[in-house]
Amino acid sequence: MLIRAIEIAFILIGVAMMLSFWRLLRGPDIVDRVLALDTLSINAIALLVLYGLHTDSNTYFELALVLAILGFVGTVALCKYLLRGDLIE
Amino acid sequence: MLKQLIPRPVLSLTVLLLWIAITNAGSLGLLLLGLLLAVIIPRLTLPFWPQAPRLANPLRALRFLGVFALDIVVANWGVARRIVGPSERLSPALVEIPLDLRDPFLATLLGSIVSLTPGTVSIDVDQKHWVLLVHALDAPDPQALIDEVKNRYEAALKEIFAC
Amino acid sequence: MNVFSEFLVSALIVLGALFTLLGSVGLLRLPDFLMRLHAPTKATTLGVGALLLASAIYFSLTGSGVSLHEAAIVLFLFITAPVTAQLMAKAARHRQKKSGEDR
Repeated sequence: MLIRAIEIAFILIGVAMMLSFWRLLRGPDIVDRVLALDTLSINAIALLVLYGLHTDSNTYFELALVLAILGFVGTVALCKYLLRGDLIE
Repeated sequence: MLKQLIPRPVLSLTVLLLWIAITNAGSLGLLLLGLLLAVIIPRLTLPFWPQAPRLANPLRALRFLGVFALDIVVANWGVARRIVGPSERLSPALVEIPLDLRDPFLATLLGSIVSLTPGTVSIDVDQKHWVLLVHALDAPDPQALIDEVKNRYEAALKEIFAC
Repeated sequence: MNVFSEFLVSALIVLGALFTLLGSVGLLRLPDFLMRLHAPTKATTLGVGALLLASAIYFSLTGSGVSLHEAAIVLFLFITAPVTAQLMAKAARHRQKKSGEDR
């Protein structure tokens, strides 16, 4: 049952990432692309956690944590750039 | 003496709990290292923190956390239904919520809570007029939304932090 | 792991993945930016939260001792989601205002 559930979840998250990627390509504004990138990074965390469950190993946890932090910092930096037109004042 | 060693007890406790979580409560040595970090990190970051109000009612805070967790699930159910349903029927709105709180930290906290719960995302906290600007996904009646946020969350925050 | 906990973990995994998918569906099909912002901040965050909860339960039951470190990611995601949402909304409004002035 667990293996089936993980397989279904892989498909669902794969589709989710494709949809986010479509929004990233389509825009229309640059804030939409930033939002799509942020969603993609969270989707990637979900995929990593799922892969950890699939392979029954704990090693991917650190990767997920780093991705969470990088995704947040990246989004904040992009938004700051859009708001100010400058990163370091 | 204790006050000087740990100027922010709640922050120190959070750091310690987070350390235990990250290291999976490994060993006594790791716990000691965590205690050391819990003393050092709040002291080093002290100048960055705004003057946070005192946590007056910890039990009420715990109960609020429970209610809040349930609200997140309920709110997500509502958002999920609206995402799948026809989007022409939604009535999105920008709503201004006048605040009774007069504390930047609490206003930000309320903004975060509002973002995670009922069909709303907070956009801006105006600290001149103390107005919280939120965007609602589906708000046919803005006044009901304002009342809900004020009665359900702002009142609880005021009780918890006693201000 | 007994049948009950296996069922619980499986249900959490599928539910979490479903909510993650819903977040992306909302991101794609809602009509304007501020509405699109709702889907990833709420649905995707909760979806990943459910997946991490499933992972925590699974590794607590099968591995050695309790597995707490998923809680750190959940906490981090739930704290940062409103912050990024607010920043993106601010950036969007800023750009709207600017393009209004240009015209």
